[in-house]
Amino acid sequence: MRIVVCIKQVPDTSEVKINPETGALVREGVPSIINPFDMHAIEAALSIKEQLGSSAACSVCVLTMGPPQAESALREAVSFGVDEAVLVSGREFAGGDTLATSRALSAAISKIGADIIICGKQAIDGDTAQVGPEVAEFLDIPHISYVKKISGISGAVIRAERMMDDGHDVVEAELPCLITVVRELNTPRLPSLKGKMAAKKIEIKKLGLADLGISEEEAGFKGSPTQVKKIFTPSARTGRRMAEGSIEEQVDAIIKELMERKCL
Amino acid sequence: MDYFLSEEQLMIKDLARQIAVEKVVPVREELDEKEEFPWEIMKALAQSDLFGLFIPEQYGGLGKGAFELALAVEELSKACVGVATTYAANALGTYPLLLFGTDEQKKKYLPDIAAGKKLVAFGLTEANAGSDAGGIQTTARADGDHYVLNGTKQWITNGGEAEIYTVIAITDKTRGARGASAFVVEKGTPGFSFGKKERKMGIRASATRELVFEDCKIPKANIIAREGMGFIVAMKTLDNSRAGVGAQGVGVAQGAIDEALKFARQRVQFGHPIISFQAIQHMLADMATETEAARALVYAAARYIDSGAKDVTRASAMAKLFATDVAMRVTTNAVQVMGGSGYMKEYPVEKMMRDAKILQIYEGTNQIQRNVIAQALIKESAAASKGK
Ligand SMILES: Cc1cc2nc3c(=O)[nH]c(=O)nc-3n(C[C@H](O)[C@H](O)[C@H](O)COP(=O)(O)OP(=O)(O)OC[C@H]3O[C@@H](n4cnc5c(N)ncnc54)[C@H](O)[C@@H]3O)c2cc1C
Repeated sequence: MRIVVCIKQVPDTSEVKINPETGALVREGVPSIINPFDMHAIEAALSIKEQLGSSAACSVCVLTMGPPQAESALREAVSFGVDEAVLVSGREFAGGDTLATSRALSAAISKIGADIIICGKQAIDGDTAQVGPEVAEFLDIPHISYVKKISGISGAVIRAERMMDDGHDVVEAELPCLITVVRELNTPRLPSLKGKMAAKKIEIKKLGLADLGISEEEAGFKGSPTQVKKIFTPSARTGRRMAEGSIEEQVDAIIKELMERKCL
Repeated sequence: MDYFLSEEQLMIKDLARQIAVEKVVPVREELDEKEEFPWEIMKALAQSDLFGLFIPEQYGGLGKGAFELALAVEELSKACVGVATTYAANALGTYPLLLFGTDEQKKKYLPDIAAGKKLVAFGLTEANAGSDAGGIQTTARADGDHYVLNGTKQWITNGGEAEIYTVIAITDKTRGARGASAFVVEKGTPGFSFGKKERKMGIRASATRELVFEDCKIPKANIIAREGMGFIVAMKTLDNSRAGVGAQGVGVAQGAIDEALKFARQRVQFGHPIISFQAIQHMLADMATETEAARALVYAAARYIDSGAKDVTRASAMAKLFATDVAMRVTTNAVQVMGGSGYMKEYPVEKMMRDAKILQIYEGTNQIQRNVIAQALIKESAAASKGK
């Protein structure tokens, strides 16, 4: 069993400031941390490894795409007990949107090999929650997002609870599978001494554009169709209504509403 | 002050501090109030490999020594001496095996101890044998390939919670100080039970119970060292662990200073923060100076122990004596600096002062430490004059 955890190094939001003119994050002088949701992803991987025990020969690999400094995030992950670390890095990857990022990460995962891929539900500096599911699409494997509980892994099937606004879904998927996790899943552990010592010594595997078989046009800024025009906090969703009655009545009501709004 | 810690030692200190800040500080008041054993924190310490610090690598530990243990104990004690006592008593109980155990015994017990899977306790004290450990009455009678234990140990830290107990009992009454032996007894052995949990002034998160032996049969292989070595095992064990009690003193004193300083900078009386009053400044200056001196002595003693020195009795007694007397004075003065607030449970120094008191009592009262130090002085002086 091989688990790959995708992590991102992000500015510590409790310290971050926003440039009022550009709306962009001011990153200078702000300490970097592992994206908090990814800490739960690491914990999930390590506890799966522990539960499966040594017989399953489970190893956990942590993967990030980022500048050379992102190595420190990988080393921190190793201090918690992760076995291997891979850094996707290179000038060509700079300025990538979620599509370019997912393309690069999925290419790296194909090289590393994985039965389970775990991501945090979103990164706190982008908040898109897109990279996890997009990686799964590139790899053409199922994904379960917003996992708040992993009920079990048996044979080649994972069973998990997906958090919803009004409760949760119980979802089963075949491995290989990608999950994205929420804070409710677990409490991230502290580092261990053996982990900290390993983190100092571990050789971090580096992958570049050529290793991943991606063209320059597909990477970084060039490979990114998304253009950020403005960053703002959307106003809270209001006016939600629940359709009532039998399923047929509910469907009729929704179709009618959608037609009135010229959506259909 | 810079004690020139190695990279690994800094790592150990940082990790212990992180656990203290993230896992201990938020719950210490509740643990104290409810007299609750800190299992969650023990789990975190285990996961972080801190139980294996002083255990050799071949038995699953990290192969460090008394100094690294002292660093961890100090950081934990800054946050809560109750938690630190639970952790440190585990080392106390392990030393007999570490110092005198056979390879077989070490293989059997140390890996689980290093992994924090099993806690350990050390049982010497009895109702009629406190400072006068020679007065113990618990007996171990040889019977075929077994020993049969009878008697009651009192006030044993981690009693009831630990899985492994190192216990001193009399094997031959006629031989006096050479008539005691050390044993390892596992929880669950028939004839081995526990008394009620004691209610205490401080370190209330730690568990203190009686160990009751009623015709408790243990295999002969459970003897540590040889018959008659019991008090030597006990004394060497205490020699090694007393520096750790000193480290507890340094930790709690530092914790109290940090609190008192923070408070004194904020509290305004007579139109000024109280820290601007020289009377307060001088108290804080003395507290900080004494604590630093205690730290230097504890570190020196611990490094001396790790150097493999043959006789560390005096060094560790001095470290324990000085650092714990300092701890009592400093925590008392921290309460004084904070006035009525210091006396209230809303602030942690009230608990620190209650907790500090035990450090002058257990692992040999500070009067006994002075006896030990004086005996070493007398011996040395006598030897010197003989040599002339
Ligand atoms: C919370 C707690 C946890 C403990 N944990 C453990 C444990 O894990 N394992 C264990 O074996 N024991 C443990 N003990 C026992 C502890 O080590 C003893 O309490 C201690 O050694 C003192 O013995 P005593 O309490 O019987 O006091 P006593 O020996 O009765 O002493 C009473 C007073 O007389 C003084 N005194 C006695 N003899 C002399 C002398 N010769 N010269 C000068 N003054 C003297 C003492 O200093 C003290 O002030 C624990 C005790 C407590 C309170």
